[in-house]
Amino acid sequence: MTRAAVPPGIGWHLVPGLTLAVLVLPVLGGLAASFAPGFGPQGFARIMDWPGLAGAVRLSLVTGIGSTLIALGLAALILAMLVDRPVFGLLRRLLSPLLAVPHAAAALGLAFLIAPSGWIARALSPWATGWQVPPDLLILNDPFGLALMLGLVAKELPFLLLMGLAALPACDAPRRLTVAAALGHGRLAGFAHAVWPPLYARLRLPVLAVLAYAMTTVEMAAILGPSLPPTLSLQVALWMSDPGLRALPAAAAGAALQFALVLGAMALWLLAERAARGLRHGWLWRGSRGRGLDGAARWLATVAGFGLAALLIWSLAGLALWSLAGLWPFPAALPDQISLHLWHSTAPALGQSLGLTLLIALVATGAALVLVLGCLEAETRHGQRPFIPIETLVYLPLLVPQIAMLPGLQMLALGAGFQGHWPAVAAAHLVFVLPYVFLSLAPAWRGMDRRLPLIAASLGASPARILWRLRLPLLVAPILTAVALGLAVSVGQYLPTLLIGGGRVGTLTTEAVALASGGNRRLIGAWGLAQLALPAFGFALALGLPRLIFRNRRALRTGGQG
Amino acid sequence: MLTRRHFGQITLAGAGLLLAGRPALAADWQATLAAAQGKTVWWHAWGGDPKINDFIAWVGTLAQERHGVTLEHVKLAATADAVARVLAERDAGQTTGGAVDLIWINGENFAAMQAQGLLHGPFAEDLPNWPLVDVAGKPAVVTDFTLPTEGRESPWAMAQLVFEHDSARLPVPPATLAALKTWILANPGRFTYPQPPDYLGLTFLKQVLYGVMADPALLQAPAGADYAAQVAPLWDFLDAVHPALWRSARAFPASEPALGQLLADGEVDIAFAFNPGRASAEIAAGNLADTVRTFVLAGGTIGNASFVAIPFNAAEPEAAQVVANLLLDPEVQARAQDPAILGFQTVLNLNALNAADRARFDGLALGVATLPPAALGPALLEPHASWMTRIAEDWQARYGVAP
Amino acid sequence: MNGLHLDGIELRLRGSLLARLSLRVAPGEVVSVMAASGSGKSSLLSALIGALPPGFALSGQLWLNGRNLTALPTAARRIGLMFQEDVLFDHLSVGGNLAFGLPPGGNRAARRAEVDAALAEAGLAGFADRDPATLSGGQRARVALLRTLLARPEALLLDEPFAGLDTGLRAQIRDFTFGHSRARGLPVILVTHDPEDARATGGPVLDLFGNPVVLP
Repeated sequence: MTRAAVPPGIGWHLVPGLTLAVLVLPVLGGLAASFAPGFGPQGFARIMDWPGLAGAVRLSLVTGIGSTLIALGLAALILAMLVDRPVFGLLRRLLSPLLAVPHAAAALGLAFLIAPSGWIARALSPWATGWQVPPDLLILNDPFGLALMLGLVAKELPFLLLMGLAALPACDAPRRLTVAAALGHGRLAGFAHAVWPPLYARLRLPVLAVLAYAMTTVEMAAILGPSLPPTLSLQVALWMSDPGLRALPAAAAGAALQFALVLGAMALWLLAERAARGLRHGWLWRGSRGRGLDGAARWLATVAGFGLAALLIWSLAGLALWSLAGLWPFPAALPDQISLHLWHSTAPALGQSLGLTLLIALVATGAALVLVLGCLEAETRHGQRPFIPIETLVYLPLLVPQIAMLPGLQMLALGAGFQGHWPAVAAAHLVFVLPYVFLSLAPAWRGMDRRLPLIAASLGASPARILWRLRLPLLVAPILTAVALGLAVSVGQYLPTLLIGGGRVGTLTTEAVALASGGNRRLIGAWGLAQLALPAFGFALALGLPRLIFRNRRALRTGGQG
Repeated sequence: MLTRRHFGQITLAGAGLLLAGRPALAADWQATLAAAQGKTVWWHAWGGDPKINDFIAWVGTLAQERHGVTLEHVKLAATADAVARVLAERDAGQTTGGAVDLIWINGENFAAMQAQGLLHGPFAEDLPNWPLVDVAGKPAVVTDFTLPTEGRESPWAMAQLVFEHDSARLPVPPATLAALKTWILANPGRFTYPQPPDYLGLTFLKQVLYGVMADPALLQAPAGADYAAQVAPLWDFLDAVHPALWRSARAFPASEPALGQLLADGEVDIAFAFNPGRASAEIAAGNLADTVRTFVLAGGTIGNASFVAIPFNAAEPEAAQVVANLLLDPEVQARAQDPAILGFQTVLNLNALNAADRARFDGLALGVATLPPAALGPALLEPHASWMTRIAEDWQARYGVAP
Repeated sequence: MNGLHLDGIELRLRGSLLARLSLRVAPGEVVSVMAASGSGKSSLLSALIGALPPGFALSGQLWLNGRNLTALPTAARRIGLMFQEDVLFDHLSVGGNLAFGLPPGGNRAARRAEVDAALAEAGLAGFADRDPATLSGGQRARVALLRTLLARPEALLLDEPFAGLDTGLRAQIRDFTFGHSRARGLPVILVTHDPEDARATGGPVLDLFGNPVVLP
């Protein structure tokens, strides 16, 4: 009777369907249109003939699965060993902003740091190493993809850690850990047996998204990965930019193969989950309490967490310094001259791109926010849940490689005449921003005390009044965080901007990637920092605004309900 | 072809005379200028070099001042992105109002667009500034990788391969290909080349090919049945030097800028670039030590021209032609050749210029690292594209998949 | 027909019957429903207020002062609700919390005066601009009740509203609550597992199926 008793809110029940359409149609349509040219025999024959195929496939699998495994392992270790320690607050503050660092900027910074002529070698030369010229060492672009994996791990660890932190409260971790400790289990063992299973169930989709990204990244593979042969994703990108256009069928076939490879790796991952569960049960039944492991585990978690954070921060500092550097020959630890010349000469172009980038990011994020809030409100008002839950489908744009779906999406956009201007680019960004906004906001919304709206309703407040006066104000902090994340995701989009914008929409990222093709570290540094500044500003607002708005409300000042 | 050369030679008197002799053409151009007024040209051009980006921005100011044309530089990571864009538009049935108005192009990209019928024109030889172009002295301005341009692209800069070395570390560079090989073997880890199919990497292979082939003249015809025998010396050369390359040839820089960065970082002692003025311009910009100098190999180095082309579905083809013509303006050409700006060599015939315009070029300093024209040596013609297509594929199979 | 009338109310969770109640609560009367934790008593209150949790089904009719509430949304039922913990809106001031409950009408000054008067009457004069997070437990409980009463409800549902308070405070808040409800002639249903709370109401005590409960 009660459901019928609620008057149908105007249009609310349409929002979930609309949101699903935004998530699903571009992805499926793009995939279908992308693969069409590849399913001629020509494309597949060509990639089968390519002698590097086996190596490229192996490399994609090894670096993708390897980096995901390491990042997940470290995230789990940090959550297990450090979460209630004072150092964790510091680590979290160091790692959270790094989520906003664009992949390309992180990779370029890292490349300069660890190269034989990089900052580390410069800092140690010649006094410690005796090097007057850089040593001929294969550190970057190594054939095993170790440098690429390092970059991927450093970039994905913050994401997995924050997703894990968001899921942790739902796992009742403190009480479970106490119970496990009281039963004589070590910290690591207690975490593995009592907290990890429910936590991992919530982390599974983010982990698969990380796996898909790691296997399909083009920017990071181009900068850090091997090239003899490169990863499959990079080779597909190279085929796409073949000057003779002869390789387009191969690129389409390669993208299809890449998609299949990602699906295969995910299947493999899910199988490995079972094996891991078996191992854990074996551990449980052997009866070892694992207390001896805790010291080493805590040490490893601390070193790895702070080490990777330091590596990324040092990389970004390197970019910043290059943007100010005059001549900086090896082995000088610091540039010969420092000048603002580059910033002066770049400022007009930078400002123009910054404005456009911000506009697109705000529109895409605003639209995503409206859709997500609409879905959540519809769910709240009508108990309405789509046939396939949104929290599953929302991963679709993250799981399907961009390089597989975007060329097709470009064809569709061209056919529809909706491309080449910023609204079209913002619409394309929406597809990729929406998942992050949803993932960031839904837990806070659903975690809100159910009794609050009930009380408000019993006081005579209409659903609209409850939404505007109660729910949204209480959720200001998580909403701002979701907005900041949405801005960061939009700012970082390269392929959608390039393909849907037809080159006419020059955002910070497309300009930065074009400049990166010139290898000019000073410009890359300046544009990389500008790319970083926007999301960083967003996150600063997300942290600062709630404090300002709620300066007289102690319970809300620390930011974030639920 | 003959007519065109002939044509170039009779233009000594300058453009004005010629225009007076062809009133119909002049009227056409007035119509073009009128159609271009107030329009926006989207020029898709590689955006990896801030010096070039600044130059294009300057050309944009000039286009606005002189012709009321707004120039927007679409900064590409690779020219093929723009080519693929036009192709995608054609496949989607968009035959007008395309995203690309003007595209910086040459070589394979041009051949591909030409073969697919993606280009507007012919237009180049109808441009008012065309008579100033040095067709006779620089045949590469009408022949792009042995392919006649047929007026579907207009040249705007000459390029020639030059090698760069830091005289502080390497006072006397090798002067021949054989000496280069000896030097590489004697100094392991101090030389490399961009990984083919990168443009500059392939250019280095062409340069080697010219030096080791029995009869380099064969390169001007399509690769034939004896291809394997003809290029065998190239593979012998590479097999010999690869173990002594940077990173033992287990990694290669990606592009010309990446190679330049290796020289700046001191990771290699000899680099090369497709621009005789690059080193001087980089020194002027404070990116390269002022001890860097350039040199060429005996017998000449590969040379070609950079062009602009207009896609068949360009939204503003008239305004694009106005920009193409502006790029041939002596003032613009002189600025491009200024080593403090770009250091690109002009495509114009200096003898065809009036005194004032000539003075713009005569007044240019050469740049600390740039070779004088006499020392630059002959420019070798680009081989037919079929050679490089096969060589790029064979290089991949030989060296590109198993480090 | 005055008072709250549960007419053949049945609450089911996926088919299994959790509660079956038919009762009349007269104006000013307090009826206690005793049940163990987890037996569905909170779900019953949610159902009566018109916010049935997913999976539950309710049948029967609910009447209040002659109005049939069965098909009305929560906001239109005019039933006040009090929870075990004083659920205040942390983003609003104390005065803002009270104003949230005040029915529409009157100008800003009049509304403010009404809030101030209610606070003064409850011994909280001058608290209107305070942050709820700075209040003591007893003060919070009183604010929560004031907020409910300012909405001018016609009945009260109480979900163990005194369980979180210590013994001394508990009697005080209980008297404060029932004093107000009697003074306004509100029918009250108190749901609790605590015999002492039930006894203190002085009214009938039933279980979830309407059987009288003998208090220990």
